[in-house]
Amino acid sequence: MGLLSKKDANLIKDPLADNNPITIQVLGICSALAITAELKASVVMAIAVMFVLGLGNVVISAMRNIIPSKIRIIVQLIVVATLVIVVDQVLKAFAYPLSKTLSVFVGLIITNCIIMGRFEAFALGNGLWRSFLDGIGNSLGYGIILVIVGFFRELLGSGTLFGYPVFGDPIEKTGLYSFGYENNGFMIIPPAALIVVGIIIWVQRSRNPALVEEN
Amino acid sequence: MAINTDKNVYTVVFASVMVIVVGSILAFLATGLSGRINENMRFEKQQNILYAMGINDNVDEGSVNFVPTDIVEDKFSQYITEQIIIKGDQIVDNDEAYLIDMKKQLALAKKGETPELPLFIGEKDGKKFYVIPMYGKGLWDDIWGYIALDDKMIVQGVFFDHKGETPGLGANINQRYFMDDFTGESIMAGTRYAGINVAKGNNDPLNNDKEDNEVDALAGATITGNGVSAMIKETLNLYKDYLKTIRTN
Repeated sequence: MGLLSKKDANLIKDPLADNNPITIQVLGICSALAITAELKASVVMAIAVMFVLGLGNVVISAMRNIIPSKIRIIVQLIVVATLVIVVDQVLKAFAYPLSKTLSVFVGLIITNCIIMGRFEAFALGNGLWRSFLDGIGNSLGYGIILVIVGFFRELLGSGTLFGYPVFGDPIEKTGLYSFGYENNGFMIIPPAALIVVGIIIWVQRSRNPALVEEN
Repeated sequence: MAINTDKNVYTVVFASVMVIVVGSILAFLATGLSGRINENMRFEKQQNILYAMGINDNVDEGSVNFVPTDIVEDKFSQYITEQIIIKGDQIVDNDEAYLIDMKKQLALAKKGETPELPLFIGEKDGKKFYVIPMYGKGLWDDIWGYIALDDKMIVQGVFFDHKGETPGLGANINQRYFMDDFTGESIMAGTRYAGINVAKGNNDPLNNDKEDNEVDALAGATITGNGVSAMIKETLNLYKDYLKTIRTN
């Protein structure tokens, strides 16, 4: 990457693989379970978090020298909540249908521990540009897991991707269903997300044993 | 200049300034945008009512497309011939009945007071539709919708929506394959206003039986489905005195 120095590029690359917020730091699991039953919701959530985390990291970084350390968690919480509400209100006024899709996620974004985690661990101690990159990197790392989990859950649970039937019609018994294939209803319920995330963690750690923690 | 951010005075001042700044931003935004937001919500209600009546821009079997917002007001006054408010025995015409908040009216009814119940009478292709607004509770938050009946108490169409049901599960109550199942079902069981149950394992996934007061439930959304059943039952309970006066079979 010509645009970014190697150190800066790593801010984007690390969270995608060896320092992934979900599979390595095990943050943001709750929303990963809640909304990954379909791919579309995963993508919407990933974009929303990218916006809030990118911007929030910049705001926190800009204020890092004036935030009183005693109340810094509250300040962080207010920044996230304000950003999310501002986005929600603007969408409600100018892109109403989109805001309806997003409304479910508003609460989930405010309580997403990745956001607070990055504010606390990174933005409070780094400059604007690096904080912005860190926010984008981590939300990409979060988003990629969401999309992988959403892909498998929607495909195996409902036989669709982005709502479009992939395997045929389960009720009319066409396509794959004519051979006796059935959708796996278990994939739709939240425990299935834990299992998919578990498999991702397993694959990732067996490929890179350095990631396995010593007990 | 280094500021001592550990001082109590500084902390209090910082917190106060932050509250004032954030408060002003949000208040400014809320007042500035409230006009547009209210207009959007008004259009949405009109779109939903028309949708339940079967007036929409659906192109295929999977999509839910409303009448576009720029023409929805015209369409609404074209198809909705009468808006009434039922208050106890009194029935009055009111052109803004669709703006009534059903949640408040249901709360009044629960307290034992007489609620103001809106009902919309529409006409399409020479046929009369009675559209009733509904409000209830899903798993996480409120759910609501509209049900269009004819004078034989057969469902002509429904629209459901929700505030925060689980995406992929309960949130699918606003999808075609769930809503379309209601069309053609009778809300009557004999002379009883039985409503329509969202039933698990009724052995009728294609919904061929239109007399069983049941539609097939959504997998993984038991509580949202029960909420829909309860919402329909509760609404019919409130409206049945009026429905008796229009029922022809």
